[in-house]
Amino acid sequence: MTTRMVFSGFGGQGVLTLGQIIATIAMNKGKEVTWMPSYGPEMRGGTANCAVIISDSSIGSPQVITNIDVLCALNMPSIDKFLPKVNPGGLVIYNSSIITEAIARDDVRTVAIDATNIALNLGEAKVQNMVMIAGFLTASDLFTKDDVQAALQSKFGGKPELMAMNMAAIEKGM
Amino acid sequence: MKILMKGNEAICEAAIRAGCVGFFGYPITPQNEVPEYMSTKMAESGGTFVQAESEVAAINMVYGASAAGARVMTSSSSPGIALKQEGISYLAAADLPCLIVSVSRSGPGLAGILPSQSDYFQATKGGGNGDYYMPVFAPNSVQEATDFVQKSFEVAERYRTPVMVLIDGLLGQMMEPVEFSAPNIPQFDKSWAVGPRNGRERNIRNSLDLSPESLEQTNIRRFKRYDEIIANETRVESTVQDGDEVVVVAYGTSARIAVNAIEELGAAGIKAGLIRPITLWPFPNAAFQNLPASVKHVVVVELSQGQMVFDVKLAVAGKLPVHFYGRNGGMIFESPEIAREVTKIVRGE
Repeated sequence: MTTRMVFSGFGGQGVLTLGQIIATIAMNKGKEVTWMPSYGPEMRGGTANCAVIISDSSIGSPQVITNIDVLCALNMPSIDKFLPKVNPGGLVIYNSSIITEAIARDDVRTVAIDATNIALNLGEAKVQNMVMIAGFLTASDLFTKDDVQAALQSKFGGKPELMAMNMAAIEKGM
Repeated sequence: MKILMKGNEAICEAAIRAGCVGFFGYPITPQNEVPEYMSTKMAESGGTFVQAESEVAAINMVYGASAAGARVMTSSSSPGIALKQEGISYLAAADLPCLIVSVSRSGPGLAGILPSQSDYFQATKGGGNGDYYMPVFAPNSVQEATDFVQKSFEVAERYRTPVMVLIDGLLGQMMEPVEFSAPNIPQFDKSWAVGPRNGRERNIRNSLDLSPESLEQTNIRRFKRYDEIIANETRVESTVQDGDEVVVVAYGTSARIAVNAIEELGAAGIKAGLIRPITLWPFPNAAFQNLPASVKHVVVVELSQGQMVFDVKLAVAGKLPVHFYGRNGGMIFESPEIAREVTKIVRGE
């Protein structure tokens, strides 16, 4: 089984890091993974995105241009750009704090996460990407909260306050 | 333990673990993570990091440090490698080992920063002057890039030659799980190195030789070492088996995409095998000898207008039709695109 994902948002919303965390979780579970950033010329305030592929077998091309299984969108331009390329039956996890229009596809599953607002209420806008992880926990069986905790432990283990903040962000999103 | 790492960074970590003590480079996209990583980690490991004033300066610093017997490297991307070509020729001529990492972007000229494979000629045919070759490893994953960096230092020192690891922006920028092995590089004799004489004869590592008799013999001796490299270090992956109608040839990033295309072709009833050259020089000619009689076509796919295809044609030696499909400029084919082109060729459309 192979899951092809795109994480997309404004530069600064943490989508590249979010993709890395998801890839790390899958790697820790023994899956084959690739993470590929868009690294073309981008302007400040433009969109950033990365592709993550998780598979039980070896992965060929790391690019995800079409046939998206999971789209994690943190801003409206990401919906405009990638929604048409989501597979029928695919999953769209979106940041409903700033994506206020309805998702214009009735053949995909959608999960709205009030990510930016939840992060602001926690007093740390930077964790809006972490809030989005809640969408994976509620709408997919790719990994569990324990898997997330283990992956974050390896990243933030030395900084308990960051660990607590990030786990709190995920809890609030659920 | 596996860790998730960018190709560019994994290369650095591999080099440091392989005992590389000097990095000399100059920034250029898409390989900037290499000097960035080295600027902190090389210092932490007790080595030397220099951001030189230019690519030309960097490759000549490599020359000097290598001549003194140090295990050193540089890295750059397409136009930057072009600037290093003179130095590479001098390193080859002075029989000096080193690693050159090339993370190619699109060309010609300054061109674009997105992945491309249009530097196959640059890597394998040299832009530097004179009769010389340089072993070139073309990994197709972050793990292979890691492994071949370590292998490169061994090949460089065993045969006293510069060695290149050639990837592209995609392999440099992508992250994959990687596991670092404990590098086991033998101690090679470096009595040729310059430095304190301690009573021995003076060592000079120079390429200038105005005596034609001596220069010819020096070059012939070097080509005997090239023969050993061809015999011992040529690497290829082949999945070709009896019954395959078509052989797809691709290296590096293209080979990853070709693997998907071959699966799609198989599902559509077209049996295809892959030949993936891992060393681009020496080119794995033997993989193209004695192909099964079922094979009717060879299709080379590259992210260029067609460069490796010429080496494939030499290897196939006119026995089969050799076709080409490529994209360039930073455009990357998707696997259905390759499958469609191969299908057209097989069906004679």
